[in-house]
Amino acid sequence: MTPLVELRGVGFVYPAPERRQARPFRLADVSFAIAPGELLGVVGPNSAGKTTVIRLLTKVLEPTTGEIVLDGQPVGCLTHWELARQVAVVPQEVPPAFPFTVEQLVLMGRYPHAPGRFFERPEDLAVAREAMAATGVQELAPCVLESLSGGERQRAMLARALAQQPRLLILDEPTAHLDLRYQAEVAGLLRRLNREQGVTILLVSHDLNLAAELSDRLLLLAGGRIARVGPPAQVLDESLLTAVYGCPVSVERSRGHGRLVVQVAWSEGR
Amino acid sequence: MIAPRRLALTLSVLGAVLLTVAAGALLVGSAPVSPRAVLGVLVGERGEGIEAVVVLNLRLPRIAVALLAGGALAVAGVAFQALTRNPLADPAILGVASGAAFGVVLAQLFGVGSGVVAALGLSAFAFAGALVAAGIVYLIAATDGRLPIQTLLLTGVIVGLFFSSAITVVISVVDFDRLGGVIHWLLGNLGPVPAGSLAVFGALMAVGTWLVLGRARQLNLLALGEESALQLGVETERLKRRIFVGASLLTSSVVAFTGPIGFVGLIVPHLLRGFLGPDNRLLIPAAVLGGGVFLLLADTLARTVVAPAELSVGVITAFCGAPFFVYLLRSRYRVIP
Repeated sequence: MTPLVELRGVGFVYPAPERRQARPFRLADVSFAIAPGELLGVVGPNSAGKTTVIRLLTKVLEPTTGEIVLDGQPVGCLTHWELARQVAVVPQEVPPAFPFTVEQLVLMGRYPHAPGRFFERPEDLAVAREAMAATGVQELAPCVLESLSGGERQRAMLARALAQQPRLLILDEPTAHLDLRYQAEVAGLLRRLNREQGVTILLVSHDLNLAAELSDRLLLLAGGRIARVGPPAQVLDESLLTAVYGCPVSVERSRGHGRLVVQVAWSEGR
Repeated sequence: MIAPRRLALTLSVLGAVLLTVAAGALLVGSAPVSPRAVLGVLVGERGEGIEAVVVLNLRLPRIAVALLAGGALAVAGVAFQALTRNPLADPAILGVASGAAFGVVLAQLFGVGSGVVAALGLSAFAFAGALVAAGIVYLIAATDGRLPIQTLLLTGVIVGLFFSSAITVVISVVDFDRLGGVIHWLLGNLGPVPAGSLAVFGALMAVGTWLVLGRARQLNLLALGEESALQLGVETERLKRRIFVGASLLTSSVVAFTGPIGFVGLIVPHLLRGFLGPDNRLLIPAAVLGGGVFLLLADTLARTVVAPAELSVGVITAFCGAPFFVYLLRSRYRVIP
C-alpha cells in the first residue's frame, strides 16, 4: 500500500536566533511512513524532536535536508491552506486570545476549504455540526471556550480539527492536562475515529502506556533521531527505554489483559 | 443567527444610532441657531446668512470629521488588538499615535504647502512616523515571535514618551510662529476640515478599513496563535504585514487631521465585543460606525460643556479612557505572575 505520508531522510537544524536554548537542537536522518488508516504513536523524552516533527509535517518549519511527501506530493510545494485541507493538528492547550464560542472555533476549521470567502457557507456549518456531534460537544456550541472543563475544551479542539476533514490528524499531547476520566474519554474517542471512521492519526504523547494502548506502531525518538520504530511490544523494551530516558524503566504485562505497563523502576529506600 | 444577517442587523441598529446622534450634534452649539433654522438650511430654504454658515461650514464638516476619525481609531484599535492578540492594545498606548504626531510636527517644520497638497503631505509624514514607531515597538517587545502583554504595554508607553519628548524638542528649538497651532493640535481637536482635505481623509480611512476588514476572517484565526493559524492555512506573515500597514494608516490619518486622540480604539472595541462577541467580521464594520458615534458624542460634549469656550475632544476621551483602562487592567485582564 502506498503510504499517506512519508519522511525521507529528513534533517532539521533551528536557525541561529532560536538557538538560545542551552543545547542546539537538531533532527537528523528521520525516515518513516504512515499508512492510510494507521494510528502511529510518537514517543520520546523531552526535546527528543516530537514537536519539531509536527512542525515539519505542517510546514511551519521546512526541513534542511530530505523531503516530506504527502500522498505523492512534496509538502514543500503545497500552500498552507492546501496542506490544511489534508493535515489537521490538535495543539497542546493554548486558549484563544479572545472569547470565541465552541461553534466559532469549530467553524475556523473550515477556513482552508474556502480561504477567499468572507463568511462560511451553509455546507461549512453542516460539516462543523457533524464534527461537534462526533466529539460530543454539540450542546456546548454557544459556550465560550474558557468556560469549559479541560476535557470539553480538548474535545472542542478535536472537533475543530475534524471540521478540516483531514486525511491525517495530528495530536500533540492530547491528554497532558486531563485527569484520568477525561484521558479515558479522549482515548476512546481517538480509537473510534481511527477504527470506525478510518482517520489516519499521528499521536504525540509523553504517556507511553496510552500511546502503546492506542497505537498500531510506536516511533521512539531520542535526541533528534529515531531510536526504534515498530509494534508497541518491540519498542517498549526495558533496556532500550532505560537507555533513552536515562533512568531505570520496567516493562511488565498486566495480569488481567496482558497489556504492557511501563513505569519507572523506583529503587527502594531513596 | 446566520452571520451575514447578524451583520446587517448590527449595522442597521448602529446606523440608526449614528443618524440620531448626528442630528443631535447638528442642533447643539454655542451659536444660537434654532432647530427650525437648521432644518431650513438643510433643505436649502435659507441658503445665506449666519445660520447657513454655522450649519454648513462649521457644524456639518465637524460632524463628518468626528465620524471619520472615530471610525478610523476604533478600527485601528480592533486591528492592533487582533495583531497583538491583546485586548489592551490601542494606537495611543502602543506609541503609534505619538510616532505619527512626530511625523506631523516634522512636516510642519519643513512646510508642506496648503490645501489638498498639505493634507497629503501631512498624512504621508504621519504615516511614516506611525510605521517607524510601530516597528520599533514590535522589535523591542517581541520575544521568540510572541508579544507578552507586560512587555508590549511598557514598550508602547516608552516609545510614546520618546516621540512626545522629540516633539517637545522640536517645539522648543523652532520659532513658535512657524509651527502654527501645533500646541492646540497636539491636544486632539476636531476643527472643521475643508472639503478637499476631508475627501483625502475619507479616502485614507477607506483604504485603511479595507486593508483590515478584508482579512477579518484570518484575524479570527490568528487569535489561536500564529502556529495554529498557519496550520489552518493562514499565511500569517503576509497577514501581519497587511494589518500592520492598515492600522498604522488609519492611526496616522487621524493624527494628521485632528491630532492624537487617545483611548477611542480601546473603549469602542471593548464595548462592541461585549454585545457582538469577538468575531472580527462583525466587530470591524461595527467599529466603523460605533467609533464615529462615540467620538461625535465626545466632541459634542467638548464644545458645549464650557460654552462659549471649547475643550479639546482628546481631553474628554482621555477622561473617559484612563479610568476605563484601569478598570480593564484590574478586572478583565489581570496578569497572572
